[in-house]
Amino acid sequence: MSPVSASETQTTAAARVAHEDLVVFLNACFACTGQREFYSDGHEQTVSIAFLHEYIRGNYRRLYARSLAAGVNHFNQGRIVLELLSHSEHLDPADRREEGQLCRAVLAALPPQRAYRVLLGLRERGVNNRRTRAIVREFLAQRKDLAFDALKYRSKLHALVRHVHPPLPGELGPFLARGWHARRYKTPLLEQFRRAHFSAEAVYDLPFTVAEGLAARHRIDRKLFLKRIEPRLTAGERLRLQSAAKRAGLELEIDLGRAPLTRVALYVLSLPEAQRRARADELHAALTLSARRCLAAAPLPLGRVAAVLDRSYSTAGSRDKPRRPLAVALAVDRLLAAASREYMSFWTGGPLEDPLLVTPRGQTDLATPLLAALETRPDLVVIVSDGFDNDPPRGAGEVCRVFRARLDPDRRTTIVHVNPVFDAPHLGPRPLDRSVPTVGLRDAEDLATVLAFARFADGGLSLAELEHYLAVRAATLVGAPVDTPTEPAS
Amino acid sequence: MKFDETTAGIALTGLTPAPAQQWGAVRMIPLLRQATPGDLRLRPRKVDAAAVKVGDGTTYFAFMPHAYVMEWTDDGQPVAAVGAQLAARGDHTAARRTPILHRMAKREDRNALRFVPLHLAMEGFLALHFGGPDVAWHEYSREALASGLSPRSERAMPGVWIAGLEEALRVFEIHDDQVGVLVFVADALASAFVVPHPEDYRALHRSLLSDFYGELLFQYGLLYREVHSFDLEIDATTISSLAMLRAAVAAGREQWHEHSALMTHGLLVRTTRWQTVHRAGPFRLRRFIGELDPEHEGHIGEAIQRTDGTLEYLKTYRLSAAQVRRAYLLERLAAHDWHLGRCAESFGDTVPALVVRLRNAGFGYLLKPHILRGL
Repeated sequence: MSPVSASETQTTAAARVAHEDLVVFLNACFACTGQREFYSDGHEQTVSIAFLHEYIRGNYRRLYARSLAAGVNHFNQGRIVLELLSHSEHLDPADRREEGQLCRAVLAALPPQRAYRVLLGLRERGVNNRRTRAIVREFLAQRKDLAFDALKYRSKLHALVRHVHPPLPGELGPFLARGWHARRYKTPLLEQFRRAHFSAEAVYDLPFTVAEGLAARHRIDRKLFLKRIEPRLTAGERLRLQSAAKRAGLELEIDLGRAPLTRVALYVLSLPEAQRRARADELHAALTLSARRCLAAAPLPLGRVAAVLDRSYSTAGSRDKPRRPLAVALAVDRLLAAASREYMSFWTGGPLEDPLLVTPRGQTDLATPLLAALETRPDLVVIVSDGFDNDPPRGAGEVCRVFRARLDPDRRTTIVHVNPVFDAPHLGPRPLDRSVPTVGLRDAEDLATVLAFARFADGGLSLAELEHYLAVRAATLVGAPVDTPTEPAS
Repeated sequence: MKFDETTAGIALTGLTPAPAQQWGAVRMIPLLRQATPGDLRLRPRKVDAAAVKVGDGTTYFAFMPHAYVMEWTDDGQPVAAVGAQLAARGDHTAARRTPILHRMAKREDRNALRFVPLHLAMEGFLALHFGGPDVAWHEYSREALASGLSPRSERAMPGVWIAGLEEALRVFEIHDDQVGVLVFVADALASAFVVPHPEDYRALHRSLLSDFYGELLFQYGLLYREVHSFDLEIDATTISSLAMLRAAVAAGREQWHEHSALMTHGLLVRTTRWQTVHRAGPFRLRRFIGELDPEHEGHIGEAIQRTDGTLEYLKTYRLSAAQVRRAYLLERLAAHDWHLGRCAESFGDTVPALVVRLRNAGFGYLLKPHILRGL
């Protein structure tokens, strides 16, 4: 997307442009969820990301498919699957097979509600061919308990079945068609659902989201309902219902250490300051435990690391993503503390007595903490910020540029800017400066992936290397041997 | 309106500008104050009055969404319990309802004064030569001689009409020791706003939207989508250590003094005439009118100053070009004892030309109909 200079040949220019396009696209896919952000509304976000998807699919089809394996977030994985399945004319059989495998692997790995929503997107777009029918059939075949899905995601599965007409095992067909109006089901779960419409006692054996509506219908007291449904709650529901349960006068037990790191950070930030102080030990332990578990899944051995973390007012996020940029900063802080040999953190707006007490407040002065971080001579500096630096404007960008150009030309210190916010008008996370790679990040758990990807964003590696990187990741995802075919660049 | 002092502009004593934040066409320069004694506080009060009895028999009508209440202590101690009122829980009817306000600034308690922000200044502006001709020259209509300029009216635009202002206020990141802001629309100074205490500023930041602004800013808001950001630029060749880099960033921050001084020239340097409205302990509530010259921008506003000159409160309104022209004409007429011939001569013009100017400015009703017809 940048101008071509006269000295470049046609091919190298094409390769460079392809490389830049893909980096922009992948970066956007790490951060964007099509939701409203602090600086741009949901509509802008949707338009912007939709354009990127269509552009990349149209120009670099094979790499587009393989970016499913690059560690992009769920929203964009779903979007890529949808785009691939709804535009499949003139495809090589080999590519078609690879795409099919990737889609299948991704759909199986996505949270079920998201996977169902992706497949319903096919219905919305009016796509119904042999390929999509096979994909849906295989998706349904690998679901562990389809009867449970029929209960919990009833409307979604129903809509999907009406669109694709896959074969359904057991009583599911009649169940989707008649629901609780049937006389009797042999499958215990379905029968429970039918009975729960008549008996308040039967409600407690259903998944929480289904039971909640029926409980309202039976006018069950909220406290009693929450108390009795507690064993059926999933970990996510437990976390979500904490304050609701407290209002009803009930303590729901949670194992915070088992929740994903960013979720724990979001939970911590949702608490009032007094509670954070009172429960500091417990919350610290939960964050550390969660960070360790995350590192066990994706190791990140680091040496001497300094983090520059943004806690300005704009990290308050939006109504759709409340406090997420700040939560990502907090989670990255804890993750790096657990991952590195030596770790120092520098928050904007002066030192912080305890990272747990962080609140989104004040202007963004990234230059001061960045200078303090550079003075400690670390191997790696990770800047977590939305890139809107306003005290002074572009202060951190200039510090990075001059530091690279004059003080550290042989790159002894690596600087990476991690940006949790997708800036819609610029089709990507807002950068600080060209001398520093900027990568998007939605969940702190993906830090290892995006740090690996930062090498490409830095411009140090070629298109061939990026293709190889994607090919390897795609092959690992579908569990196939690695081959490295090259995409024609033009 | 009697002025009691004339100064060269408004001194932003005790305030430091910080780097601007801009969003779209709106640029805002935060003003910081290092030490706030806290013996003066402002708080907003919702009012639904549309009229103020000014006190001299005239009444001022306007849309007034809020009033400010200033509270102070005489001995310099911080004001305790700001805005405490006894009311039943959930009782949302305003305890002190004021459908018609009495006077622009009214003492409500020994140490509390209620005033209507910006309208205080606007009323002063409208009252300029409100009495009409002092000498009964035969060109003036009977009505002008009997009741002066009454009714005199001006138009302004509410902040919500200025495209992009609401969004700019939303995304603005307030500094911890910020007490004020200079608001620019397409780099035209829209308003300067200063309060005594950072907490007051946080509470009143959004109220900039319910203030009123000159017509020019409304047009600029529509015409311009973006203003240039004054980014920090460091000359890399002069840097050889991190300490020098740190110094360069600090120097870049200092540059904001020059930037803001340059951009607020019209307000801070030009002749300003003051009228003291109220004295309270060590504070003076005053309103002012800047230089009225059709060639330049004109500002009116009000301020609270401490005896040592510290600016505790400031709110300004940028007059539109037509408003400056009207006030300018009145001033010149008054300066020549309302004699059309002498006034026209001072412009280097003829009487009919002056009459045309008066008519175009909306002051045709001051003159007898046959004079207008004879043009």
